[in-house]
Amino acid sequence: MNNNVAINASFGNLFRFFIQELKPRGPWLTPFNIISIPVILVGLGILVYRFIHGLGSVTNLSQETPWGLWMGFDVVTGVALAGGAYVITFVVYVVGLDKYHGIVRATVLNGLLAYCFYGGALLIDLGRPWNAPNPYIGNSFGFSSVLFLICWHFLLYMVCEFVEFSPVIAEWLHLEKAKRFLKKLTLATVVLGITLSILHQSGLGALFLMAKPKIHPLWWSEFIPILFFVSSIYAGLSMIIFEGTVSHKVFSHLIPEKHHHHFDDIVFGLAKGAAITMFVYYFFKALLFIHDKQWDLIADGWGLWYLLEVIGFVLVPALMFAFGFKHRSLRIIKIAAVMALIGIILNRLNVSVIAFNWYSVAHYVPTWQEIVVTFMVIFSELWVFRWFVTRLPVFDSGH
Amino acid sequence: MDRRNFLKTSLVVGGTALTCKNARAQEQHNPDEFVGILVDTTRCIGCRACEIACGETWGMHVPDVLNDGALETHRNTDENQFTVVNKFETEKGDVFVKKQCMHCYQAACATACPTEAMKQMQGGPVVWRGNKCIGCRFCMVSCPFDMPKFEYDEWNPKLQKCTMCFERLEKGQKPACVAACPTDALMFGPRLKNLEVARHRIYSHPDEYEHHIYGEHEVGGTGYIYLSAVPFDQIGFRTDLGKRPYPEYTKEFLYAVPMILFGVPAFLLGLNALADSSRSGPESEFSLEFDIDNEGDK
Repeated sequence: MNNNVAINASFGNLFRFFIQELKPRGPWLTPFNIISIPVILVGLGILVYRFIHGLGSVTNLSQETPWGLWMGFDVVTGVALAGGAYVITFVVYVVGLDKYHGIVRATVLNGLLAYCFYGGALLIDLGRPWNAPNPYIGNSFGFSSVLFLICWHFLLYMVCEFVEFSPVIAEWLHLEKAKRFLKKLTLATVVLGITLSILHQSGLGALFLMAKPKIHPLWWSEFIPILFFVSSIYAGLSMIIFEGTVSHKVFSHLIPEKHHHHFDDIVFGLAKGAAITMFVYYFFKALLFIHDKQWDLIADGWGLWYLLEVIGFVLVPALMFAFGFKHRSLRIIKIAAVMALIGIILNRLNVSVIAFNWYSVAHYVPTWQEIVVTFMVIFSELWVFRWFVTRLPVFDSGH
Repeated sequence: MDRRNFLKTSLVVGGTALTCKNARAQEQHNPDEFVGILVDTTRCIGCRACEIACGETWGMHVPDVLNDGALETHRNTDENQFTVVNKFETEKGDVFVKKQCMHCYQAACATACPTEAMKQMQGGPVVWRGNKCIGCRFCMVSCPFDMPKFEYDEWNPKLQKCTMCFERLEKGQKPACVAACPTDALMFGPRLKNLEVARHRIYSHPDEYEHHIYGEHEVGGTGYIYLSAVPFDQIGFRTDLGKRPYPEYTKEFLYAVPMILFGVPAFLLGLNALADSSRSGPESEFSLEFDIDNEGDK
């Protein structure tokens, strides 16, 4: 009897604890809330409408352009930007550079949420989402499909990242024993997570291999998978710099003083890594360009657009990263990070949307509903991220 | 890293690899069993009986061919019509061309499909199966002919395209369009036989035909093959698609998957062991012994 009472009481406590933690903290009418709440509400309304009247009722998708902003930005671009988690866990747990330990938790949380929301955005773009378990439950495995591989990798990688993040949850719930056990799983999940990331980052590029006749030759290459993988490394690093900088401004009260100075040091290291990977990526791009003898393609508007992406938003930020690292300029590095991110967004959108069906007369332009839903996905991820960092020991790790 | 950890890791990695063995070779068909349709555009009179027969057979849009003036524009198939006939004005007069799914020998759409909803059936027809489809539209992205059509205005959308009347074939009947064609512009049969007939027509009337059978080699060969009196780029065909079967574009990537799935973890664990020993030096040996002692205690 007594035992039962005790268990009931502890469940009651746990329940009250969760309810307590779900309540909002801090002021309500912040600029972010004022912008994001209406966007999320309108976005949800659009989604309801979309599931009643079909994709065509809110999007500009067509028989020639089956993938638009939701697939091109939310999934293809969003996953590239979430690449930071696998890069940082590699640096910290595999190579063992403890300098970067302080940002692991925030980065893995970011990666986990990005996959939940941006991978989840795949569901709203599916015509028949109730069949979405099909690739998993075994009644129809499309082994030869790149998308089948990506479906599995998204799921497995989310599990990996959740396990990597779970010690933080255990710490939050004061479950010391569980935390020690979960920490032991970290290396295994990190190794598996990196492997899966290499495969699905490149796999997102491999999605477009069979679309060869539809993508402008400046953006289609047999090596898209490798280009996507290499660029996801610096996309992740730039995202960590960008997101860390914003976090240190917005959540500065949550971050211990010593971490502020430490973070600057980390940024310099990340900038060096980003500079190197960007130069490698630029080298690949130049090599493919010269090897495929594409000189005559750069004379028109598409060529200029290509040069803007590859020189303006790859080579220039790469040089800025290198310059900023050499001259210890955080400002230049941060500008370079933003430019590199724009370059990634441009590249992914060019391959998946802009240079897709480039010869078509009626080219796809997203509707306002597609844009609102895209912002809804981003904002709701930020809401959940904020909920986590204000309650769980994300920035102030236990050691 | 101790032995137990290593075993655990390899188990996790191995388990994943087993569930994701993506690089299965393409199913091979016996070419004799592969059926198709030969379209001789020199025989087509543009009566559009095939469009009517198709619409009636599948309960879809049945065009009013006498009054709708549809030949004035170049149409595409859509979610309500599996096949359309277009008129092209060429140096040899008006040419009518029937357009529908080409039923590729190695279909990009079927390769792209993550759930095998788009599937090549025995004998070659590529058919869509609604209970499997998740509506990702990757088939549409991959199809070099842009043939799968999506019902954008339905809450429960279907992917619509010609099935080569697979259900009629199973009953031993010809596809509805072939059966309806009054001029024998359409001929159904084993693909190899169709090719022979096509070659025979070219050889016996060398001045009337282009010496090219569209679909013989394009994208690795298609079920529908075409004869024409004028170059194919003048009658709405893409001639830049290449001879390589489209599934081969992703084959190398998929073949690399198992290698990466096993190779990278091995590399990472090795790197980790190196990094550990270089950081802690002689201490690592101590910790190893310490671990073994611990195990002994238990």
